[in-house]
Amino acid sequence: MLRYILKRLIWLLVVLFGLCVITFTLSRVVPGDPAAAYIGPRARPEQVELVRQQLGLDRPLYVQFGFYLRDLAHGNFGESLRTHRPVLRGIVDHLPASLELMFSAIIIALFLGIPIGVVSARRENTVVDHLSRLFSVANVSMPSFWLAMIFQIVFFRWLGLFPIGGRIDTVTALLHPIEKITGFSIVDAVISGNWVALRNVLLHLVLPSVTLAAYSTGLIARMTRSTMLEVLREDYITTARSIGVSESEIHFIHALRNAIGPTLTTAGLCFASMLTGTFFIELIFFWPGLGTYTINAIFLNDYPVIMAVTLLMALFYVAVNLCVDLLLAIADPRIRISK
Amino acid sequence: MDRTNNSEPILKLEDLSTHFAVPEGIARAVEHLSYHVFEGETLGVVGESGCGKSVAALSILRLIPIPPGRIASGKILFMGQNLLELPMKKMRKIRGDQISMVFQDPMTSFNPVFTIGYQLSKVFTLHQKLSRKEAVKRSVDMLEACEIPSPERIMKVYPHQLSGGMRQRVMIAMALGCNPTVLIADEPTTALDVTIQAEILDLILRLKKKFGMAMILITHDLGIIANSAQRVVVMYAGEKVEEADVLSLFEKPGHPYTIALMKSLPHLGKTKKFLNEIEGVVPPPFRVIQGCKFAERCPEAMERCRKERPRLRSIEKGHMVACHL
Amino acid sequence: MVKKKHREYFRGLSLIVKNPLTVFGLVIIVVLVLSAMLAPFIAPYPEQGRGLSNLQERLKAPSIRHPLGTDNLGRDLMSRIVYGARVSIKAAIIVVLIVMGFGVPLGLIAGYFGGKIDELIMRFADMILAFPSLLLAIAIVASTGPSLLNALIAISIPWWPWYTRLVRGQVISLKEMQFVESAKAVGASSSRIMFRHILPNCLSPIIVQGTLDMGYIILCLASLGFLGLGTQPPTADWGVMVNDGREFFLTQWWISTFSGAAIFITVLAFNLVGDGLREAMDPKIRWRFQRT
Repeated sequence: MLRYILKRLIWLLVVLFGLCVITFTLSRVVPGDPAAAYIGPRARPEQVELVRQQLGLDRPLYVQFGFYLRDLAHGNFGESLRTHRPVLRGIVDHLPASLELMFSAIIIALFLGIPIGVVSARRENTVVDHLSRLFSVANVSMPSFWLAMIFQIVFFRWLGLFPIGGRIDTVTALLHPIEKITGFSIVDAVISGNWVALRNVLLHLVLPSVTLAAYSTGLIARMTRSTMLEVLREDYITTARSIGVSESEIHFIHALRNAIGPTLTTAGLCFASMLTGTFFIELIFFWPGLGTYTINAIFLNDYPVIMAVTLLMALFYVAVNLCVDLLLAIADPRIRISK
Repeated sequence: MDRTNNSEPILKLEDLSTHFAVPEGIARAVEHLSYHVFEGETLGVVGESGCGKSVAALSILRLIPIPPGRIASGKILFMGQNLLELPMKKMRKIRGDQISMVFQDPMTSFNPVFTIGYQLSKVFTLHQKLSRKEAVKRSVDMLEACEIPSPERIMKVYPHQLSGGMRQRVMIAMALGCNPTVLIADEPTTALDVTIQAEILDLILRLKKKFGMAMILITHDLGIIANSAQRVVVMYAGEKVEEADVLSLFEKPGHPYTIALMKSLPHLGKTKKFLNEIEGVVPPPFRVIQGCKFAERCPEAMERCRKERPRLRSIEKGHMVACHL
Repeated sequence: MVKKKHREYFRGLSLIVKNPLTVFGLVIIVVLVLSAMLAPFIAPYPEQGRGLSNLQERLKAPSIRHPLGTDNLGRDLMSRIVYGARVSIKAAIIVVLIVMGFGVPLGLIAGYFGGKIDELIMRFADMILAFPSLLLAIAIVASTGPSLLNALIAISIPWWPWYTRLVRGQVISLKEMQFVESAKAVGASSSRIMFRHILPNCLSPIIVQGTLDMGYIILCLASLGFLGLGTQPPTADWGVMVNDGREFFLTQWWISTFSGAAIFITVLAFNLVGDGLREAMDPKIRWRFQRT
């Protein structure tokens, strides 16, 4: 067991190194002169040259890479070309909003996707099954930005049920400001007992998180269904039936407990890739998270930000995958308790 | 002899047919099968792999997956009720409580993510409405009865931590826990090490006698039948070809298939150069055959055998054969 | 060896037709491909489809003259969508070709030669797979500058490892088979064995994967387009069109809605067909469909 963890951690480090190489390469592929971009369009040639030396851009590539790694190790991800503030700061400020969105979305995806998958497997080849499968495929095929806009039109414009975007109404924010403790609006609102703001925040959370959850819901439902179908063919299910266990218990306990592994792996992957998904969702719902931060950087060619975010998001993705794999190893008694 | 005076069989299969949809057509795994068991007796069901003996057993407990399977005809009478017409809720009450099954492969028959204790106590919480604590106690008692050492520790263990033989003992404990009226043992020792096969079989027979159950013992091994059963049914390609009490069967086998089976038994004491094989293979279940299904392999087949399906006829009291000879 | 597979294909194909959803997907794809090829003839206003603006007619609601309405530059939306199909299909094919052209040979080499070469190639592939693909694609385009070519390359880079892995797995199981031994005995060179003997037997999972991927590639391209990182105006691109419509979408909802719907239906069609193919090829699943 320990060996397994160790192996994975080493692989993690190797991958990290590879990621750094990739992002470094990308950052040097950038057209134009980074030094000039950094200092602004009205600098004189000598100033640009000075900056170039300062940034170490005149040194050979492998030396630059060395500096790059050293900076990363110190948590220095560079400065935003736009704000000239450390990128890391910008990321940390914007991250909680995105995480809040992602956690809500993955919870929705699990609570919707798993039951749909189980029921679909239970009623294989019936109308219910076909409809669920169509639903799942549709979810997986939808462009998230389009779904977001459709939701806005339907639920904001036509039905007036939910706000068009943002995290909280300006009015509510002014009258019942949420004390910033963790950066997570829901948590902070609950801690400080600010129920009015909580209600408002939850209202704003609905459309974006449901949109973000769509793709994952479809994927989770499909994975659950196919794994359940395999598990239901196993001998031990027949044994359980032979002692008189009810069908519901067979499906939701005996079978699901075995089928949940691949589903959770999928959920982990979904969660990790949601970070990329936030780009579109936050853009359309005016959600002030990491996605908005990055998109703005992309539009303004703020390369340090783009590179840093890419690296961190990739790191996040890899780390989440690793956690999921480890959790899976722990949950399966066959791996956990080896003879 | 454990047969009581009661002349009504406690479990009776009447004209049972179970079919499966396969890419090649319809597989008639069991065709017009009838047999019965009396209270307290052991009925041996013998045949090669694929002859439908397991499918028939699964049909009794209605464990056949309904698409692609289908019980095409017949009745299964248990204590007067037709099990095939019972609502599933009532069927589940019977499973594990009045009719139990021991399965062939202990390696795959347990849920890998639950402890032995969880799976075993389930029979008690389901059928005897015991609390968890009481169910655990009963489970430990059953494990002891099945000669499992340190039963309390075993309760907390996962299936993969036990050997095949131990798992089979747990399976037996599960099946016998609620003192069923009928035990169906489907090749209970086939997947086990030769060295423990005898032990496990012995255990089953002892417990059966102790609890006074009827048993349907399914196997391909005539040797086991000889030692354990009172009556025997021989199956071939989904049908019953011979039925007799065990002595008559061994003394005067009527069906060529039975005779061939006996010839292929290795005999202790007699050295033989080769083990006799039955030539040919069992016809696939989706092939529709006119006439006797064994005709193509039968050394004494006549013209009539290929044209007309032989019906069961009595050659002496309690001894039936489906053959034209 | 290959003949046996052919028989299985036919059986599989007949099953595909039985599944209504897959048929639906196939129909959509055919319509799509036809629209793409016949765009100049199908589109009611082909020049507008190519990009000619007509500002007098901007933002008109769906009507008889413009069944799907007009966009912010007055161009007939239907024509734009039809021309967008052209762009999407062409792009997807190019990406799939690049990805296969790169990934499949690597997989063949890795699987066939094994050992260090295999390790090296697979580690490299795993490294790329560790990255979230859309993110990598965005990062690449963001760094190299927005253009269709960059977008295509950017999408191909995260994608090829899937094929390498797929092919490698197949090669490893096929490597030990009789026909490879006989080819070796006859003295065939490694590359000949790989390409003429082993490759044909790997084709079916590659095709299934390729079909499924077409949908995702189109989705990726549309996503990049939405962010302005792909096709540049005035070329019709569904993603770009959705973004163009964003300013107005609360009132002139048709621009974004129909463009986005085009993406959705296309991806859905490919996914349905891919699923159908996968099920038809998998012997385990196949016979569960049949009834007694």
